[in-house]
Parts: sequence; structure tokens; C-alpha cells
Amino acid sequence: MDLLEYQGKQFFAQYGIPVSDGEATDNVDDAVAIADRVGYPVVIKAQVHTGGRGKAGGVKLAENAEEARTHASNILGLDIKGHVVKTIWVELASDIAEEYYASFTLDRSAKKHLGMLSAEGGVEIETVAEENPDAIAKVHIDPTVGLTEDQCRSWVEAANLNPQANDGAVDILMKLYTAYVEGDADLVEINPLILKPTGEVHALDAKVSLDGNATYEHPDYSKYDATQPRDEREEAAHAKGLQYVGLEGSVGVIANGAGLAMSTVDVINQVGGKPANFLDIGGGANADVMSGALEVINNDPAVKAIFINIFGGITRGEEVANGIIEAMNRVNIDSPIVIRLDGTNADEGRAILQPHLNDSLMMEPTMLDAARKAAELAG
Amino acid sequence: MSIFVDENTKVVYQGLTGSQGRYYGLLNAEYGTQVVAGTNPKKAGTDVEGIPIYATVAEAMEATGATASCIFIPAPGVQSAVLEAAEAGIEFIVAITEGVPAHDEAYFFNKLRNDFPNTRLLGPNCPGIISPGKCNIGITAGHIAKPGGPVGIVSRSGTLTYQALYELKEKGIGVTTCVGIGGDPVPGTSFIDCLAAFEADPETKAVMMIGEIGGSAEEEAAEFIKNNMSKPVSSYVAGVTAPPGKKMGHAGAIVSGGKGTAQAKMEALADAGVKVGQNPTEAGELMAEIVANL
Repeated sequence: MDLLEYQGKQFFAQYGIPVSDGEATDNVDDAVAIADRVGYPVVIKAQVHTGGRGKAGGVKLAENAEEARTHASNILGLDIKGHVVKTIWVELASDIAEEYYASFTLDRSAKKHLGMLSAEGGVEIETVAEENPDAIAKVHIDPTVGLTEDQCRSWVEAANLNPQANDGAVDILMKLYTAYVEGDADLVEINPLILKPTGEVHALDAKVSLDGNATYEHPDYSKYDATQPRDEREEAAHAKGLQYVGLEGSVGVIANGAGLAMSTVDVINQVGGKPANFLDIGGGANADVMSGALEVINNDPAVKAIFINIFGGITRGEEVANGIIEAMNRVNIDSPIVIRLDGTNADEGRAILQPHLNDSLMMEPTMLDAARKAAELAG
Repeated sequence: MSIFVDENTKVVYQGLTGSQGRYYGLLNAEYGTQVVAGTNPKKAGTDVEGIPIYATVAEAMEATGATASCIFIPAPGVQSAVLEAAEAGIEFIVAITEGVPAHDEAYFFNKLRNDFPNTRLLGPNCPGIISPGKCNIGITAGHIAKPGGPVGIVSRSGTLTYQALYELKEKGIGVTTCVGIGGDPVPGTSFIDCLAAFEADPETKAVMMIGEIGGSAEEEAAEFIKNNMSKPVSSYVAGVTAPPGKKMGHAGAIVSGGKGTAQAKMEALADAGVKVGQNPTEAGELMAEIVANL
């Protein structure tokens, strides 16, 4: 789950990380009231799940109430790379002496947590990584030990920040690591982490991605659900607990397992079809899950044929078969369905489907045959 | 021979009394796996179709001589289940459960690496391991795998693992061992662990490797194959035509360093001399050619 900047800052604040005084709002009058409260100058920032906000006119400095009103009304409703701004964040502007970069994430190769800190922040850190990798100080952290203060200090010293910033950086990074671990984050990133002329270190931006698997430990994370970027189809699938990604084609895809779903999309493309979606119904799919998946796909007007590709491990063939038949009783499916069913109890599943086969429900023996049939039916 | 398990492997099922644990535990037993015990502290002294239930893994090991465990416990309990098995001295832990938080996985992976170096973990979020005709631990449908050899399979994706077994069986090709390592961020057993074991196994003559977009495990495996493997490898990487996935901030992009796309993975594998198929069927056909020329 990706957090918007203001959510990230509120998340940081819970762990004592210094962020600018500010508030989020969806209307101009409130924006001016917030600016009046925090004091001028203020920065007004678009809250969208995409980068390049500044270049698109989504970040503006206001010296007074009049400017705050103008910028707030211009930014609200602005379209930034297809993301329409519904929320803005108004915060007290900060004086900046220097800009740094800091983050924690999982290094999948080393299988340890990785902290990265650079004196060259505020810009595209990927460019720094490519052109001057030595400018990024890295630290690997064993999750069973955690980040020690001594380790953190050596790391900060290796980054060659302004020495004046070292104490403040150590303090923030220790808190940031706590937020990363206790909050079950996939990523916490501050860019820029700033040194103020007064010597304080401060998080001027916040990028946080939380692990969707850890929500049982954090019931309050459900509040982030509403702000995830999803189109209408994705929203409907999400409400049913399905792993769905919308694509542009006409062959609806239902498969069990992310690998098989991706492979199904690949094969449809390879036989000349265009997949309408990626949909993984996961392990243990039953009649309810299958019905839900078919409903979501059936509601996509671009879909002209549906390919159900099931290879049973944890999903049993008769469950799949019963699910399809039950779904066809529940909803009026507009497009023809092509099924390929193999694996655990596939024979039982095929036997259940056999009497129902006709022009709108077909079965093919292999994945390639079924993909060809579905692509052909979709035209 | 097989890798990691064989017909003598005795397995305790952590979660045998739950619905999934019971279903697959009994299927595994029916296949011929030595399912010797289950654990559940609240149901110690009872049994599941004659398989005795103990309160702890340690008690189950003492009573039955089990050396492997299989975890069918809901995600919140997986960390303590893995650590319990390792502390009891289990040598091979198979964690089937999906949805385990990445921080938990990173924690118990490192805990095992530091304190229990002789314990191997497979998973979580994996289909398990099958050595056809000998031992099946997990959720693979046993009938889709042909016993014997000469091929070893290692896969990151559950259903594509079955697909690979199926493609080979259709062609009359047997499998020594098929290992599903799972697609989570911190898999207990990696491609390289399996490739090294297959390289050392005299009965495995060739290896089929199924990858997926994301991370850099396939690129690392390609490097290993180039430098350390004498046996031929065929491969498929799912997600060739997937649209660019969500980027996890700058940090994620830096860690992967431009790796992670199916294209990059397939190129790395091809550079290492691997025969790379465009879909699972093609990878199976390439393996059939390899086997024909052995």
C-alpha cells in the first residue's frame, strides 16, 4: 500500500520524526484557514500517487492568504499524469541549508534490511546511484539485531553530510528504522531530508509503502485503502478481495496463482489476442471466489471472451467447476467462456462441467489451445 | 536420488488439525510420504486418521523420529512455527502458508542463518517439494509428476511448477525432485541452493527453472549457472508481456539496478547458456530436446 505524502508525514510523526506543521484538505477555504494557522510562507502540495508534481504545477509557495487561495484553487482538480488532485497538503515552508536523501528497504539479494543515505538529496537519487554510486552510503541491517546507534553513527559519518547535521541525522534515522520495522513498511524514504540554517534536521518529504500482508497487525491501515490508486474495475475486484490489474484488451483472464496468471497473459499475447486484465484468484479458490471473479470480468465492457485457466494445487477441480456453474446461475455472463482445467481433481471438475458445455462454455485440453480459442472468440 | 527429501523422510505437520493441513496432510500420506505426526497444543493425544497429534514439534520428533516439518498454520503464526521447528532440531521445514509479512520472513530467515545453520527452510508461500514416487510435502497434485529422472525442477511460482511437471509428464520425462521455492521477497531456499543441489545429485542430468518478474533472483541464478553448473538448464520467465509494475520508490529501483524485467532475466539466462522458452510449453519442448541429447 503506497501512502500519499501527507499520510506518510503523519505516519512519520507517530514515531517522533520531525515534519513540517501542516494539514491536508480537499477544499480551498480550509486550505486558507490552515495556512493562516501555521503561518506564512506556506507550501501547498498536490497529493497524488505519482512523481513530477512540481513540474506539473502541483507544488506552490504562498506568501499570504490571497496567494494561498489562488494556488489551492489551481492545484485542486489539476490533472497530473492522469491523477486528478483531490487532496492538497498545506505546510509551513522551511528554510533549507542542505538537502539529503535517506531510506530503508529490504535488500532481497542480501536478505537483510538496507539503509541508504546520501549528501546529494533532493534530486533524482537514481541518477546519483548510476553516475556517482559512492555518493550513497549504505548499511545492511540484520533484522534479528536491528540498527544499533553506533552502527547508525558510523553510517551517517560515511555519508559525509555537513558535520552539523550528524546528530540530528542519527536521531531521525534511528526513529525512521523503528517506523520501518514496527510499521511493517516495504519502504520508508525521505527525499529531501533537510538541514535547516538553524542546524535542525527535518523530513521535508515522505514516501512510505506498507506491506499489505501485515494489515492484521495494524488494523488502522484500513484507512489507507480508500486512497489507493485503482480504476473502477480494480476497485470492484479489490472489494471482492481479488488480485486484479486492468489491461487494455478484450480477453478476460482468470487464473490461479500469480505466475500462471502472468503466463496466461503472455500466452494470449503470443497467439495474437489482447488480454483485458490480470486476475489471480489465488490458492483455495471456491465457488464464491470464482463467482466474484466472473462478475468483475463480466462488468468490463471491453471483454469479448473469457479464458479461465486453472491448474489445481491448493485449488480443487470440482470447486472450480462448481464455482463456474454457480456463477453462471447468479450472473448473466455476456461473453463466451473457455476453460482449461488441470491438476488436483481435474477429472472430477471436468465431469461436472461436461453436461454444461455449449457455445458459451467451452473446454480445451491445453493452455495454448484455450488461449487460441479465446483470442479467436474475442475477434 | 533426490534432493532435500527421499522415501525415508519422516514429516511432522504443524497445523495437521486445520482444514488445509488435514486435507493436504492426508493427501501427502496417501501419496506415500511418511506423515508421522501432527502438532497442536490443544489437541495433543488425539489423532487425525490415525496420525498422532503432539503438543509440540520437539515431542513429535522424540516420539516419531521426524526430521522434516510442513507448516499449514495461518500467516500470523508462521514465524513462531518456523522458530519452534528449528529450535526442536528439524532439518527441513516446508512453509506452505501465503500472506506472511516480509519483515517476519526477513527475521526468521536471518535467525535460521545465524543460529540454526543446519536447518533448511523452503517457502513460505510455496507449493512445497515433491520427489515423485518417494515423497510429496505440500500441495502439489502427485499424479501430475512422473517418477524417475533425469530432470530436476525449481520454480518461483506455484501453479507454474505444476505446469512444468505436467509438460514433462506429457512428454514422458521423469523428475528427480521438483522444488517450489515460492515468490515471496525472502524465500528460505533460493534458486541457487536448488541448482547447487541438482548439480551435486548424480541422478539429475538436467534442470528446468521457472522464474517470474521482480527482484533479481533469476539474474543471480544465471551467474551461478554460468560459473558453477555443468548440467544443461531450460527456463521460462513469467511476465514477458506484463505492463510495468508498480515501482517501489527510488530505493527499490536502486536495489534492483535495472534488473527485474522478464526481458533482462531471459537475456541473463540466455547469456549463461540456458535454453529460454517464451511460454511454459516451449520451455518443456526445449527440455525434451535437452533430454533427447543427453
